[in-house]
Formats: sequence, C-alpha cells, structure tokens
Amino acid sequence: MRTRLQKWSLLMGATAVLALPSASSAQLTQADFEPRMGIESHVGNLTGHAKDAKGDYRRYCVGCHGDLGDGNGENFPWVDPKPRDFQQAVFKCRSTPTGTLPTDEDLFNTIARGLDRSNMPQWSTFTKQQRADLVAWIKHYSPRWATEKPGTPITIPSEPEVTADRIKAGRDVFARVQCWKCHGVLGQANGPSAATLTDDLGRPIAPYNFTEGARPKCGETDKDIYRIFMTGLDGTPMPSYADNIKPEEAWDLVFYLRTLMHQNSKEKILAKGLNLKPVDPNAPAGQQ
Amino acid sequence: MSTLTRSRRHSRSFLTSLSVAALVAAFLFLTGSQPANALPAFARKYGLRCSACHESWPMLNYFGQKFKDNGYQLMNDRDAPIWQNPGYWPVTFRITPIWHRVSTGKVEVDTYSGGAPTGGAAIQRISTSGFDLSGLDFHTGGTLEKNISFYLLPSSDPTGAFHFEQVFGRLDNMFGSPWLNIKFGRFELDNLLSEKRILTLTGNGGIYQTYHFIPVGDANIFGQIGDNQLGIEYLGHSVDDRTRISASLISSSDGNVNLSTGANSYTAFFTGSQAFDAGRLGVQRIGFYAMAGEAATYYLTTGGVPIGGSGIANKGFTREGFVGQFYFGPHVDLTVVTQHGSDNAWFGQGYGNAIQTDGNGGTTATCSSPTPGCPANNVPGTVLPVGSQAPSWNGYTFEGHYVYSPQLIFIGRFESERMSRQANGAGCAAAMGCLSASSGTFTAGPSASNFGNISTYTIGYRYNPFMTSRAGFAWHNEYNWLHQDGTGATLGLGTVNVNTSELLIGFDFDF
Repeated sequence: MRTRLQKWSLLMGATAVLALPSASSAQLTQADFEPRMGIESHVGNLTGHAKDAKGDYRRYCVGCHGDLGDGNGENFPWVDPKPRDFQQAVFKCRSTPTGTLPTDEDLFNTIARGLDRSNMPQWSTFTKQQRADLVAWIKHYSPRWATEKPGTPITIPSEPEVTADRIKAGRDVFARVQCWKCHGVLGQANGPSAATLTDDLGRPIAPYNFTEGARPKCGETDKDIYRIFMTGLDGTPMPSYADNIKPEEAWDLVFYLRTLMHQNSKEKILAKGLNLKPVDPNAPAGQQ
Repeated sequence: MSTLTRSRRHSRSFLTSLSVAALVAAFLFLTGSQPANALPAFARKYGLRCSACHESWPMLNYFGQKFKDNGYQLMNDRDAPIWQNPGYWPVTFRITPIWHRVSTGKVEVDTYSGGAPTGGAAIQRISTSGFDLSGLDFHTGGTLEKNISFYLLPSSDPTGAFHFEQVFGRLDNMFGSPWLNIKFGRFELDNLLSEKRILTLTGNGGIYQTYHFIPVGDANIFGQIGDNQLGIEYLGHSVDDRTRISASLISSSDGNVNLSTGANSYTAFFTGSQAFDAGRLGVQRIGFYAMAGEAATYYLTTGGVPIGGSGIANKGFTREGFVGQFYFGPHVDLTVVTQHGSDNAWFGQGYGNAIQTDGNGGTTATCSSPTPGCPANNVPGTVLPVGSQAPSWNGYTFEGHYVYSPQLIFIGRFESERMSRQANGAGCAAAMGCLSASSGTFTAGPSASNFGNISTYTIGYRYNPFMTSRAGFAWHNEYNWLHQDGTGATLGLGTVNVNTSELLIGFDFDF
C-alpha cells in the first residue's frame, strides 16, 4: 500500500513539475491580445498599426519572441541573453527614467540598432513604416500601454568640450559610484560582483566589457552612453544613477569610459598624457 | 548532289541535333540541378527562422541579402565561430525527390519497316514521365573568424558524381568598412535575381534563360551570367545595404577548373544598385549590371587536336542590363531583369569552345573538326564567311510572387529572348550560304530574324508545412512551357518552332 502511495505521489509530483513551465503560457492565448490589436505607435510623422505588423512579426521575430510575445519562442532554450518578454513591457534601452515605459521612438530605434552581444540583429532593412508597425505590435502584448503613459525622456545637457581634468573627474565618479564592482577597474567586466549578477528573472547576466570592441547595447554615441547610466537598463542589475550623478559629472564619466574602450578616441589620447592609473578598489573614499 | 540538296540534308541533321540537344539539355538541367543556397546551418547558428532571410527559401529577402553581403554575419558581435558550441558544424544537405513529365515537340526520329531502318525519318513529340531525383548538395559556409567567411559546396548529380559547385574565401569589412569586401574562388556573380537561389526547379524553368541565352550556333563558352565563375570579386555596400556595388574579374572559362578552356582570357562584371524606402509599399531596389570580356576562338593543336589551355585569338562579347525589385505591399513583388547581349561574329559562326567540358571542370573531348556539338577551331588563315556579323539580342525576365505567408508562395515568371541581329546576315544570300561551323554544314541564306527566339512561362507554388530555425521542407509544384522559334525538326523542309513543357511535383528539403 505504501509503495502504491509512493508511486502515486511521485506521479503527481512529476505531473505538477512538468506542468509548471507551461502554466504561464497556458494562461494566455493569442485571442487575449486581440482586443489590443487597435493600438498604435507614433514616431515622427509615422503612425504604426499593430495589425499591419502581424506578417512581419511572424516572419522575422516569432522564432525568439514567441507567438505570445513572452520571449518563449522555439529558440528560447538556445539563445543567451534570453529574448525580451513583451508581456512584461520592461525594456533595457529607454530615454525615459527607470521604471517607466519607453517612448515609441526608443523601441523604434532599438529594432533598427539591434542589440550587440545578443541574437537580436540590426533590422535596418525594414522600412520606417514597418518598424513603426512593429512597435505598435510589441505594445499590444502588454496592458501596461493601455494604463500607463511612457515616461518623459530625460534631459541631456549639451556635451561639453573634453579635457584632461574632466577625464580625471570622470575617473573619480567611476570610483565613487563603484562601476568597477561589476565592470572591473579596467572595464573588463571582471569586477568582484560580475560573476554573481542576475537579471530580474534570476538568470545570470554579464556586465558590459568596455575593452572588447562590442557596441554598447543601447547605442554607441556619447549621448547614448550618458543615457544608459542615467536611465539604467531596466530588468538588469544596471541601475539608474540619475540620483547619484549630477549632469556635469555624467559627462565626465562618459569621457572616462571612452578611455577604457577599444576604439581610438580623443579621450584615449588625452588619458595617455595623464598617465591615468586604474581606480583602486581599496582606496578610502575620495582618495583615488 | 546539288548545293541545295546538300544544304537541306545538312540542315536537317543540324536541326535534329538541336532538338535532341534541347531534350537532353532539359534532362541535364534538371538532373544536374541548380545547387541553391539555403542554410538551416545559419538559422541554427543565429536562432532565426528560414523566413527571416528568405522570401521563401532559397530566395533571399532584403535582410538575407544584407546578411550575405556582410559575409554571413549579423554583425552583432556573435559572428565568430568561438561563440558557437564546439559541436556546431555549419553543414546543410539538400536534395529533391520529384515526379515530372517532360514533353518536347518536333523531334526527328528514325523510321523502321519490317524490323529494318527505312533510312527515312519522322517527326514526333516525345513525352517522358516518371519519378526522379535531383543531385545532392552539401552546403557548408559561414565564418572562420570574425570578418573572414567562406563557402564550400560539393554538389553531385543524381548518380553521386561530385564536383565543386562553389568554393570561396572572403575578407569582409576590411579596415572596418562595409565598402571593402574581397572574395576569391568560384562563386555566383553578384546577381540581385540569383539563379542559385531560384524558386523553380524544372529543366527550362529552373534557370533564368536571360542569364544563359546565346544565339543558335554561337560557340562562346562564356556569357553565362547564371553559372558560378572562377575569379575575384570586390563588393562594397552601405551599412544598411541600401547601396551596393561590385566588380568581378573572372576567367572566361565558365567556371571550369584546370584552365582547360579560355585560360588566357578574362571577363569583367560590374553591378550597382540602390534601394529606397517606399513606405507601406516596402523597400524598392533598382540597379544595373554590365559584363565585358574576351574568350578564345583558336586553340593551338598537336596532330590537329586542340591543346587544352592554349586558347588565343580572343574575341569580345558584352552583356548589360537593368534590374528592378519592386514590392507592392507585404504580399506582392515583381523583379525585372533586362539584358542586351552581343557576341563577336566569330562566336556567332561557331568558333570558340573547342575544348568540350562537362560543365563542372572536366574535359570530355577535344574537337579536331567541326561536327555537331563540337565547334570549329579558328586556325591561322581562317576567314569568316561572307555575310557573317556579330549577333546581338535583347532579353527580359519578369518574375512575380504572391507571398500569402512565409509558408506559402506563388511564383509566376515570363522570359523573352529576342534576336535583334542574326550571325548570318544578308550577305549569306549567296549561293553557298554561310558556314555553320558548329555543324560543319552550309545554311542557305540569312537566318530568319526570329530564329532562336525564346519565350517561356513558369508558374508554381511552394508550401512549407512548417517554418522553424532547424530545417526546411517544401511541397513544390511547378509547370513550365518553353517556345523557341525555328529550331524544330522538319525533315529538311525548312524550320519550325518547337515547344517544350514540363510538369514537376516534389518534396524539396534541406536540414
């Protein structure tokens, strides 16, 4: 009797375990998103319509992002980082403050730019209209877009002239806000916390390696880099530093980060003359 | 024997050989297949479905063209092999089991009486149907390192005899610029409408006639834009691939290895195109191509037999045209290719490829005298017959698609090849007529203005019951009808038009 009970328990347990992964997707079907099919996007003069992107999504996107936009496409097990779950409406690349929805233009630009170091290619071959339609399609997967408005894009002051002093000041900011804990003192993604990082879903995630030559995920211009650490990358351990770094300090940090990067730059040349040393993790605060 | 009788008899044998050759060619084209490039290996590497790069595999869409132009790289910093699981091997197999029916009209056949040949002939249609197989393609390609790509395609005929259909290495994005890419090896020319990625499979419908057309009797080995060629290619493109330019320098050997033909002659091929955003219609592209080259008409001989690789007395030829790829929303597109072609008069009179090849690099025979299918050798002292002139022609290809979904595509194509000047001109009205070097016979009078013209229609559809990033499988159904003016057999009583049709059904799959 006991043996039979054990068997039943095992069987029930196994059934429950097997059912768990599919439970979330079983909750929703394509029909659940139909009421939101009328959602639009607005980028410049373009108006995107979700219904017009159905074919393109099926042709280009569904293999990773899945029929239900939950990032659970057929390639989910094989790609790393994992595809974005549009149902969560949490996006890394935004011009808006952390925790808020991105603007339509943010999503529009991400589609064209792609995400380096991921399986998301640059879809610059689409027409602008196709991209606008796809933005609307992405939005139709989450009710957040019906109840919340996108955040207000942060203000980025005009870029000052890069100087040696600014680079030195940037190094101080790098030390003070402890960028090195994840990115490493040389920007090689080997800080003491690097190996322990996980995203909001508990999946391991690596910090950006400044020295390898890959483009930063959310853009490679100075403004893009400024925006990345002032808005944070939602869903990842990279927080927003809007409350910790003043705008003029943010530019200093951008200049310093440029000195760590693989590409040649004015900042690198200036830094050579300064004979800058990497930050010292053990130095007392303010004594770098 | 009068000159006219002799001329008719030779003309009859010439036309008979043409008809038989057309029938055989239809089989050869099909059974040899056109190795096409669609690699689930890339889909597996990047986790993208076939439909991301292919309008319908193997035909590329704009994104797939950009991927190819970047050296089979997405340019997302995951392109180097080091990012792949060590077990990953970029190999794809493709083969196509089919049933098909081929019907060719106006074929001259021997007649028999009482079990013995009568010495006469009759004309009849030959129709053949049955289950068949394409050749097998082993596609391997991808990156050896970031910005160093390769492609290797051993391809077999249905009996399993292999040749190297495509082999090249490529330096991509040199000095960090997409405008500098160099390819070296045997490769398809930079045709926007790619024959190696053609969606149709029949003997006449599985190639683009415009890419292969030469006048009847013309023996220029080259002028084969659709065939893979040996050489070097420069290609440059904008980051988004809207603007593309390329220039190739290739041996005028039609891709045959071992320098058996045209060893001392080269051809240049240039392309350029620009795409633009047309809003809801899609991305449109217009471009041009131009080819100019020389090929040998005289091979040194030993004992009267041409020596391979000794071709000299180069004569010129040109091909040029426009290409347009037009999209009318997400479901309908039309590609147009035009061509104006011209060959030197020596080619038109059948001088040229005295070294017969199997098309894959092997030498099958050398020609010591002009016989059917064996061109003449332009030995010192040879003069062109009176009335000989450089043949020229115009070709048009229109291919439209209705893409119901990534899994179902309907295909329609019309091609027209029209002679604008025949090799045998007005001067051939003389009693002896002009020498047809390819058959070694005389033909009376100038050729009819439409002699050799081709019209062909192809319709079909491909249905993919599934669409994943692991394999491709298509149910393929196609019908082709080809009409050629003046090449049918009529027992020496003139020339008639010939019609060939083919119906094909099969499974096309790769994995």
